[in-house]
Amino acid sequence: MTSSQLLGYTTFAYLASAILYLGLFVFRARKIGPLATTVTAAAWLVNTAGIGLRWQESYQMGIGYAPLSNMYESLVFFAWSIAILYLGLEWKYKNRVLGAFAMPFAFLSMAYASLSTQFGKEIKPLIPALQSNWLIAHVITCFVGYAAFAVACGFGIMYLLRAKSEERGGGTPGSLMATLPELKMIDDLTHKTIIFGFLWLSAGIITGAIWANSAWGTYWSWDPKETWSLITWFMYAATLHARFTRGWSGKRIAWLAIIGFFAVIFTYYGVNFWLSGLHSYGRG
Amino acid sequence: MSKEENTIWRFFASVKLALFVLFILAATSIIGTLIPQNNPPSFYFQEFGPNLARLFLILDFHRMYNSWWFLTLLMLFSMNLIVCTLDRLPNVWRMVVVDNLATPLERLTKMEQRAELASSASPAAAADALRGILAGRGWKARSAEMPEGTLLFAQKGAWSRLGVYCVHLSILVIFIGAIIGAIFGFKAGVLIPEGNSVSEVYEYGTERPIPLGFDLRCDRFAVEYYENGMPKEYRSNLTVTDRQQNETFSRAIEVNDPLDHRGITFYQASYEPTNEFLVQIETPAGKEKKLFRIPAGQQIAWPGTDISFGIINMAEGERGNDTRFKIWFSDGKGEPAVFWMPNAVSASIPRDGGEYLFSLRQIYATGLQVAKDPGVWVVYIGCGLMLLGLYVAFFLSHRRIWVYIKPEGSASRVLLAGSSNKNRVGFERNFAELTEAITKDPSFTDTEVAS
Repeated sequence: MTSSQLLGYTTFAYLASAILYLGLFVFRARKIGPLATTVTAAAWLVNTAGIGLRWQESYQMGIGYAPLSNMYESLVFFAWSIAILYLGLEWKYKNRVLGAFAMPFAFLSMAYASLSTQFGKEIKPLIPALQSNWLIAHVITCFVGYAAFAVACGFGIMYLLRAKSEERGGGTPGSLMATLPELKMIDDLTHKTIIFGFLWLSAGIITGAIWANSAWGTYWSWDPKETWSLITWFMYAATLHARFTRGWSGKRIAWLAIIGFFAVIFTYYGVNFWLSGLHSYGRG
Repeated sequence: MSKEENTIWRFFASVKLALFVLFILAATSIIGTLIPQNNPPSFYFQEFGPNLARLFLILDFHRMYNSWWFLTLLMLFSMNLIVCTLDRLPNVWRMVVVDNLATPLERLTKMEQRAELASSASPAAAADALRGILAGRGWKARSAEMPEGTLLFAQKGAWSRLGVYCVHLSILVIFIGAIIGAIFGFKAGVLIPEGNSVSEVYEYGTERPIPLGFDLRCDRFAVEYYENGMPKEYRSNLTVTDRQQNETFSRAIEVNDPLDHRGITFYQASYEPTNEFLVQIETPAGKEKKLFRIPAGQQIAWPGTDISFGIINMAEGERGNDTRFKIWFSDGKGEPAVFWMPNAVSASIPRDGGEYLFSLRQIYATGLQVAKDPGVWVVYIGCGLMLLGLYVAFFLSHRRIWVYIKPEGSASRVLLAGSSNKNRVGFERNFAELTEAITKDPSFTDTEVAS
C-alpha cells in the first residue's frame, strides 16, 4: 500500500460522500444519512492515513518532511481540513443537509489534486527556503482557515437557495428548499464559520510573517501572496464589522461569504499560477 | 464642543469609515500584485508603453505600498482605529467595572434568562445555600442587602468585552513596530567572496554603504545537493571580528538559520561563482606543496621552479555543481599537459619526472541579506495581542447572574436572572443547568421557569 493509492481512494470516497449528501438533500433520502456520515468519516481516516504514509515515505527516501510543501500536498490537506471541519459541524448541529454544501469542496480539492497536470505529485526534497519548522505551523493555520471559508461559502450558497425559494413562495413545508435549515440558523452558521476561519487566517498570516523574517529578514515584503492574503483578511474583517456594528445579516452576509471565498481561491491558487513572487515554488 | 457634536470626531469614529477604508485598502492593494513593483522606470515603458508607464509613475504604482496615497490610507485606517476605540471604550469600560449589585430589581424581571424558585429555608439560609451552589459551578457571588431581601451577583468574563479593542490596539502596535523598523532599521545586501572580509553593507534601493562596526569574513561557501540534483542547502561559514567588543567568533549560516550580531542579522540569500580559484600543486612524491589563489585565463608561475599553469577554459554543466575546467600545465620538460577536470577535486598529471597532484576549487561569493529591525519584537507583540484579542472577542462572553432572595413568611422566594453579551444559546444552556442544580437541592422548588 502506498500513499498515492490511499489518496486515490480518498478522492473516490469523498466523491461518494458528496453524492450521498447531495442525494440525501435532493431526494430527501434521510435514511442514507448514517451511511453518508460513515463514508465521510472513513474517507477522512483514509485521507489521514494517506498523509501519514506519505510523511513516512518521505523519511524512507531520506528526505523526511511534513507533506505540506507543494500544491499537491496542500490540496490534499485542504480536503482533509474541510472534511474534519464538516464532520465537527455535523456532530455539533446534528444536521446532515449541511454536508451537501460542504463535502463537494473536499471532493473537488482532492479531484483537482489527483487530475491536474499543472503540478507534480511525487515526493520531492525540500528546497532550502522551505526547510523550517514554521512550514508546518504556517500551512496548517492557513488551510484550516481556507477550509472554514470554503464551508462558509457553501453555507452562503445554501442561504441564497432557501431565501430565493421563500421569495417565490416556495417556503411551504412540502418544498425541497424547506428541508434546508431555517434561514436564521444558516445565517448564524455562516457567520460562525467565517469567525473561525478569520482567526485561523490571521494566525496563518502571522506565522508566515515570522517565517519570512527568519528566512529573509523581512516579515512583510508586499509579495503578491502576502498582499492577497491581506486583501482576503480585509474583506472578511469588513464582513465581520458590517455584521457586528451595522447589523448586516442574511443575503448580504451570504454573498460576502461567497465573494470572500473567491479572494481565498485567488490567494491560494491564482497567485501561484497567474502572478509571480516568493511563493511561486507553489507551482511545483 | 463635546465630542458628540464634533463632526470631525464623528467622521473618524464611524464604522462606515472603517468599512470604506477596509474596502479601499483591499481594492487598491490589488494594483501592486498586478503591476510588478520596484523596477526602474524603463521597465514600465517597455512593458506597458509610454502612456500607461507615465500614468503609473505619476501615481507611484511602481512602488505603491510606499506611495504617499497608500500611506495616507494606512494613516486614515489608524486614525479610524484610534478614534473609534477612544469613542467606544469608556462605555465598554463602564460595563466591565459597573457595580451590578446596583442593578434595579425590575430589570431582573425583564432579563432574557429567568427562573423563579421557592425555598423552604429562611432568606439567610437560602442565600448561603445558593452562594454555595454558585461557587461549586465557578460563580463567585458578592451580595448586597436590599430593603426587602438579599441580592447576589456573580459574573464571568467581564474583561472579554475588551477583546475587540485588544485587536484594534494590536494593529496599531504592529504599525508602530513597522515604523520603528523603517526609521531605525535597514535592509541591505552584500556579496563576500570566500576568504574576503567586509565592514560595510549596501542598502537596498539606494546602494548607500552602511558601516557594520565590525568585520565579517566569509571563510567558505558550499552548496549541498540532493541525489536528484536539487539544491539541499546553501551554507556560509562566517567569522565576525568585533574590535570594539573584543570578540571573534565563527558560525555557519543556512537559509532559515541566520547569524545575529549586535542587532544586525545576516541571512543566506544567494551566491555566485567568482573568476578566482584556489589551486594546490603537489610535486612528485609529495616533496613540495603550494597553494595559489589565481584568476582564470592567466599563466601563473611557481617561483623558484619551472612549473607554470593556468585555467584556460570552462564548460558549465547542466547542474550548478558540475562545471568543468580546462587546465594547462607545464613543468618545463616536454609538451605541456592540457586536460579537463571538474571543480573541487584533485587530478594527477603524469610527467616524466613522476606524478604531480593538481587540485582546483573555484572561489564562490556568498550573497547575504542584511537586516536590522529593532521594531520586529514590537510587531511580534502586536501579532500575539491580535491572536489573543481575536480569541477573546470571538469565543469568550461576559456572562452575568443575579439572584434575588426575599422572605415569604418564614420561607423565601428566589428570582434567578442572567444575561450574556454573546453566545446566547450557550448561555441559555449554562443557565438551565444552574437552575437544575439549584432545584436538586431539596429545600428549593421550581415554581415557574420562563425563558
